[in-house]
Amino acid sequence: MSALLTFTNASVSLNMRTVIAGLSLDVAVGEVIALLGPNGAGKTSLMRAALGLVPLSVGQVRLGGDDPRALSPRQRALRAAYLPQRPQSIWPISVERLVALGRYAYGAAPDRLAPRDRAAVDAAIKVCALEPLRARRMDEISGGEKSRAHLARALAQQAPLLVLDEPTAGLDPAQALAVADVLRGRAGVGAVLFSTHDVALAARTAHRVLLLREGRCVAEGAPEAALTPEALEAAYGRKGRLDRVEGALSATFF
Amino acid sequence: MSNSARLVFSLVVVSALALVAALYLGPVPLAHPFAGDDETKTIVWQIRFPRALTAWLVGAALGLSGAALQGLLRNPLADSGVLGLSGFAALGAVMAFAFGFAAFAPAAALAFALFAAVLVTALGWAHRGPASLVLIGVGLSSTAGGLIALALNLAPNPGALADLVNWTLGSVEGRSLNDVALVGGFLAAGATLILFGARGLQALTLGEEAAAAIGANVTRTRALVVLGAAACAGGATAVAGVIGFVGIAAPHLVRAASGHDPARLLLPSALAGGTMLVCADIGVRLLPTDTELKLGVAAALIGGPIFALIAARLASRSADA
Repeated sequence: MSALLTFTNASVSLNMRTVIAGLSLDVAVGEVIALLGPNGAGKTSLMRAALGLVPLSVGQVRLGGDDPRALSPRQRALRAAYLPQRPQSIWPISVERLVALGRYAYGAAPDRLAPRDRAAVDAAIKVCALEPLRARRMDEISGGEKSRAHLARALAQQAPLLVLDEPTAGLDPAQALAVADVLRGRAGVGAVLFSTHDVALAARTAHRVLLLREGRCVAEGAPEAALTPEALEAAYGRKGRLDRVEGALSATFF
Repeated sequence: MSNSARLVFSLVVVSALALVAALYLGPVPLAHPFAGDDETKTIVWQIRFPRALTAWLVGAALGLSGAALQGLLRNPLADSGVLGLSGFAALGAVMAFAFGFAAFAPAAALAFALFAAVLVTALGWAHRGPASLVLIGVGLSSTAGGLIALALNLAPNPGALADLVNWTLGSVEGRSLNDVALVGGFLAAGATLILFGARGLQALTLGEEAAAAIGANVTRTRALVVLGAAACAGGATAVAGVIGFVGIAAPHLVRAASGHDPARLLLPSALAGGTMLVCADIGVRLLPTDTELKLGVAAALIGGPIFALIAARLASRSADA
């Protein structure tokens, strides 16, 4: 099967500034890929370019074989689901209706779901442990619960590729690990591309990491092989190290 | 029956009751409005019925355009009056009248409302928060007000001045079935356009980019809703002049019962807007004043404080966050 997402020598410029410079990446089914790097390294721009939300200045991007900017919004939504960095629910709709918005591309109305849509919504709600919160309004639940509701919305979309911008930001360690488990679970049906500032979580969750700095790839590969002290220092400007503590990877910066 | 179906059903019943009440109530109280004598027939079917139906349709158009604009701009303070659509529609109609092209007044109202709608969405699109959008609207409304004054100044026929001033106050007094057909047609056209954009409004709950990412064609939604809202506001204003705040108050009343869903909110807002305006119009007819209070004035007297209340609540909420 062809790659779900391919960047070939891709560059992105925003306001005359190069934010992605000559990057190549293949994302295949079954992979969970973490984007790491300091603030402003280009993680968000890379994800937005993958969805065709920003144009490339050089190179090419293919989403399921096609240029994402040549696809209709609906076709794009059937190939990739996107969770922005600060997901919004401007109106305080219920958790269930928010998740149901993930079925938009299938023509579903959030309050009258067909059996197939309902099954997808129920499954996403279950995976994200939102069952008790279904009927709650989005302005009545905690920040962590909101994040999970938005993640469930992206899952309900059932696109082969999940693109998640900092899905664990603001979550407590237990919730972050629960999200990591969800991401690993997605590897069976598609691929996940997610960004995070939690190096240890990325190393534990992803099959492959991409370490960025100023729009360039500093290191790429299996977490333990790629995230060397030299690579971490080159990316973050601080000495850092991956260790195994009781079998789990942990990251320390000095 | 689902919650929103129950809401729509009760609003239909209340609308019907208000319309029937409008046939009974007025300066001349009628105990039997369905009696067969000529005098009663004239009062009820020539005067009260077209007037009440015009009020309902104008209110429905304003409620619908308010709810649609709120969904599009993701802002509960959006409304054709506040954003300047009604002001510009009135300017269009006044200019057509003042310069002797009365037949083109509805078309001019529509064109000018559309101009304001395109301008305010273009300027306020980058989701700058409720306050700045309202300020843009204030700017547009003031501009329209100034231009109306200018048109009145330059009007070649000063005898028409009183009529033109009436436009800016808003009223459904003495409206005929022609007016009913006019505003009804605009409302039907606007509602159809808005209906096709309704799902897009639901998607926009997530913000513009996430809406596009779940498969919504945001550009199409924006075009449909702007056109639809302008048709509603243009038609309402062409027939009744500037009537403010219905577009804010009606969605506000039914928002919670609609589950805060911007698409489910549309039909209840229209029904609530219609009911509100029929009731307000019964009110101005029953008030024992020498000259009848203008409906637009009454709407502003009731709606202004509601607007201030919603704005204050929004401000305190964003201060909390």
